[in-house]
Amino acid sequence: MRFMTDRKRAAGLGAAKSGTDHHWMMMVTSVALVGLVPLFVFTFGRALGMGFEAAQAYYARPFPAIVGILTLLVGFYHFKGGVQTLIEDYVHGLTGKALIIGMTCLSYAAAAVGVFAIVRIAL
Amino acid sequence: MVQLTLPKNSRMTTGKTWPKPEGATNLRKVQIYRWSPDDDKNPRLDTYWVDMDDCGPMVLDVLIKIKNEIDPTLTFRRSCREGICGSCAMNIDGINTLACIYGADEVKGDIKIYPLPHMPVVKDLIPDLTHFYAQHASIMPWLETETNTPAKEWKQSIEDREKLDGLYECVMCACCSTACPSYWWNGDRYLGPAALLHAYRWIIDSRDEATGERLDQLEDPFKLYRCHTIMNCAKTCPKGLNPAKAIAQTKKLMVERQV
Repeated sequence: MRFMTDRKRAAGLGAAKSGTDHHWMMMVTSVALVGLVPLFVFTFGRALGMGFEAAQAYYARPFPAIVGILTLLVGFYHFKGGVQTLIEDYVHGLTGKALIIGMTCLSYAAAAVGVFAIVRIAL
Repeated sequence: MVQLTLPKNSRMTTGKTWPKPEGATNLRKVQIYRWSPDDDKNPRLDTYWVDMDDCGPMVLDVLIKIKNEIDPTLTFRRSCREGICGSCAMNIDGINTLACIYGADEVKGDIKIYPLPHMPVVKDLIPDLTHFYAQHASIMPWLETETNTPAKEWKQSIEDREKLDGLYECVMCACCSTACPSYWWNGDRYLGPAALLHAYRWIIDSRDEATGERLDQLEDPFKLYRCHTIMNCAKTCPKGLNPAKAIAQTKKLMVERQV
């Protein structure tokens, strides 16, 4: 048991002086995804059903490749921010921090794998 | 980790059913959460029957009638009985509201009354709002100035005064904060809709000179940014205010001074 005044408990460790960057970047990536996701669906949709050679040739073109790379990068950045908020909401303490580390690694790894695949096809 | 089930000692049990009043024709069944710190028993749901022909129209009238005529041990807060003091905030028919301005006829079926959700209970319908009030105090709910106090008054234009409409009316009943899932899960760090509405009320007050300090104090992933615009606060506010909008405006100001 800790004897603490109500004001001290309410103040906690004070303001972290951060949070707006995260909020702003979530908004920026949301707006970017509003444009990127339809373009990705359009380009990826065209490649669906093509044969292997045709799909490879299609993704060797700059537009589908760049749209794919941007969608992966922006999408996984947005995913990382969103899931971090989700974890902070529901899981506290060491488990929460471990999950955030794991989720961050997973997001960057997934983005890297996707970008590598597209670059390999395109170049 | 968020706890999704109630602890064993908080699980509800069936309580006492009080006898129906004799000769009454317009009976209403009222079920009320009861818990006392004086025994080790779990909370229970007591059932009362109220003759609505001999009772005022509001849920608070029903509660007062029960306390006066049926069960004097029933405990609840009340004062102004006209929606100004915020004392009688409770969960009625699944929504946080003020018992004094919520009509019994607005409830379909049985009237079920619980204390405000997710707060420690002092007794029966009385939640412990100590932390809630301390959070409100932490946002400095007063005019902060550095300029010497004018001889007569701090002047404010009609337009600037109008910006406080929809904010100053808050009576700190805690209906909004206790309806907010973010406040349920992170109430220790998240200030909650009520405190943030009050913070914004002072941030946009044209006479206040501590705008920067106030924003600095809110610049935190938990104090402000736990609001995910769920909108329960606006839906439940018995005064018809919109704390979520005030929070969104605060976030806009945060971005404005950085980007």
